[in-house]
Amino acid sequence: MDQRKCECGHTNPVGTLLCESCGKPLEVDLTDKAAFPDMRYEGMARRSQTYTTTIVDRIWNTFSSVKVAIWIIVVILVASGVGTIFPQQQYIPVPVPTELDVERFYTDTYGVLGTIFYQLGFHNMYSSWWFVLLLVLLGASLIICSLDRVIPLYKALSKPRLNQHKSFLKGQKLYAEAKQPEDRSAEEILAQSAEALKKKGYYLFQTDRALLAEKGRFSRWGPYVNHIGLILFLIGVLMRSLPGFHLDEYVWVREGETVPIPETPYYVKNLSFKVEYYSEDEMVEKLDLKGGAIAKNYQTDAILYLNRNADTPGAKPDLVEVQSGPIIVNHPMKHEDIYLYQSGYQEMKLGALNFTLIDLKNGDKEVGAIKLDLYNPSEEMQVAEGMKVRILDYFPDFAMGKDGKPITQTNLPKNPMFALEIIDERDAINEKLVYLQGSILTQKDNPRYGLKIEMPDLVDISGLNVRTDKALPLIFFGSFVFMVGVSMGFFWQHRRIWVQLQEGNVLIAGHTNKNWFGLRKEVQGMVEQTNLSVTLEDKTKA
Amino acid sequence: MNKKNRIYVRVAILGLLLVALVFALYSSFVKDPNAVKVGSTAPNFSLEQLNGPDMSLSDLKGKGVVLNFWGTWCEPCKAEMPALQQKYEALKDKGLVVVGVNIGEAPVTVEPFIKQLGVDFPILLDRNSQITKLYRIGPIPTTFFVSPDGKVEEIFIGQMNEAMIESKVAKILP
Repeated sequence: MDQRKCECGHTNPVGTLLCESCGKPLEVDLTDKAAFPDMRYEGMARRSQTYTTTIVDRIWNTFSSVKVAIWIIVVILVASGVGTIFPQQQYIPVPVPTELDVERFYTDTYGVLGTIFYQLGFHNMYSSWWFVLLLVLLGASLIICSLDRVIPLYKALSKPRLNQHKSFLKGQKLYAEAKQPEDRSAEEILAQSAEALKKKGYYLFQTDRALLAEKGRFSRWGPYVNHIGLILFLIGVLMRSLPGFHLDEYVWVREGETVPIPETPYYVKNLSFKVEYYSEDEMVEKLDLKGGAIAKNYQTDAILYLNRNADTPGAKPDLVEVQSGPIIVNHPMKHEDIYLYQSGYQEMKLGALNFTLIDLKNGDKEVGAIKLDLYNPSEEMQVAEGMKVRILDYFPDFAMGKDGKPITQTNLPKNPMFALEIIDERDAINEKLVYLQGSILTQKDNPRYGLKIEMPDLVDISGLNVRTDKALPLIFFGSFVFMVGVSMGFFWQHRRIWVQLQEGNVLIAGHTNKNWFGLRKEVQGMVEQTNLSVTLEDKTKA
Repeated sequence: MNKKNRIYVRVAILGLLLVALVFALYSSFVKDPNAVKVGSTAPNFSLEQLNGPDMSLSDLKGKGVVLNFWGTWCEPCKAEMPALQQKYEALKDKGLVVVGVNIGEAPVTVEPFIKQLGVDFPILLDRNSQITKLYRIGPIPTTFFVSPDGKVEEIFIGQMNEAMIESKVAKILP
């Protein structure tokens, strides 16, 4: 059986608590006041309560349960908490090139618990399949729970309950009853009540013996609006996995260098990098910085280029400038969907070594300047007329290998070593020398040419974070909708006041979803203005 | 709403949610859709060659390509170079090319190193590590074995000896 018949003659769907037509509680012993149904969904049958036949209905009903929703939320909360016990993979302090190293890190650092943490996928929680699954289940639960309740609620509220059964009125938390004053007719009483309530901003629905005053109905949609916001938010998060929607890269750019931005057709050039520190007299109070300083501003003056030859990676770029300007902390450079953020820096790194070539046999006469670029040294340089310097070997990060031969430990110029050949074409002189750790070693005992070490070029290296997040507007919009929904439900209340004349009595009842104090004050005001001798009672149960 | 409509609406909504679920799970399993995997096509690139003209991977179509990512600071890279050179010499007439992609070093560093080892297969210079990033290179040496039609047959991380190279190369000879 799918239907229930009320004594008023209306047939209600199974699961209905208050008759849709007259408001009389169904399946409830009326003498027991405490058993008056909850007004939360106006006593309507939730859509899922009636149907449990097919598999589709069963899945639907599972998701429509608030209990299930709360369990999903609890599991997400607990998982998120557990995920913060040890650092996430992206924050572990040592470089871990392979998956095995990651596992070893957690085991070595945190012991057995670390191994379990890793095995369960907590080290990469936000992108682990089970966390994503939980979020999608939460989304499904949000959508289905909302649909299951909002449609019956909408139907109930769009038909204002005007002529309600006495037991409906009696069941309300705010209820009062009095004899109808003999000197006034029902119409007069209702008209006076209506006038009093209209001044308070109520909408009125009237028949000759009943009055319903209602305001703030829209606040009942608040929870559903905020659920829509949450769903938009979740869709936004999901959209980040679509190709081209999300980019989060990091590039280091030396001053003067132009580098490609991974995954994009763009190149960025660092014209110069500046960092400013607070001076002591700018500090509000004296701080012990232990020799350090606090940065006031750091910025990269940059040029963004588009590579028109980006189809083949690595091919010689064909760059066109698209934008130039400063990139300051919190003020990224923006081009279309790409943002470049100032994110880190390394100051005063060796960029080039400078020397002066001197003629030792000629009163230390200066022959010319030599610049050895540590990142891009040119093989041969013209120093003066007929004088050339050739680089024979370059080890950016010099060390002695096991076999006694020089090696480089990294490709970064941390400890540069150069082997140079000095060629004097006019006098047919050919000498070799080596620069290492601030000193010059010559091949011959009594060479003609020598090098005077000058101040090296120091460059700053700027760290730029390159981001694209096309889903961000949707995420912000979702958050905004969420806030609108929360405000609707929070700051407004759905208040209803019923006045009815039945069998020579005036019945007054009121209902609100919150702020009973406010409702009672308004009912009290109405009672005073209409000079009815009723006392409002407080009941503990709505 | 009658029963039939109700089922349709519910199936439609649950279906949409299922699509979202599948998409979300798929993207959490496939973390990096652009990663170069065994079986996928090796992404084309073009780089400057040490002592030679620029070279593209697509120029080598029809040949078996051993793509070896290395650096002079890497001891195992240095150790496997002679084995790669030997296989290159033995099989270059049968359609094998060994290509060494140097990661971010200057020619003045690379050239003496190569000369010292007696390597004469093409050495490409990935000066700003663009191709290294494109191929998601972690530890080196990392070697890709690319078949004549451009498919990645195998990816090997670590040092190889001659026998290992021989067995892997057998799969990619034209």
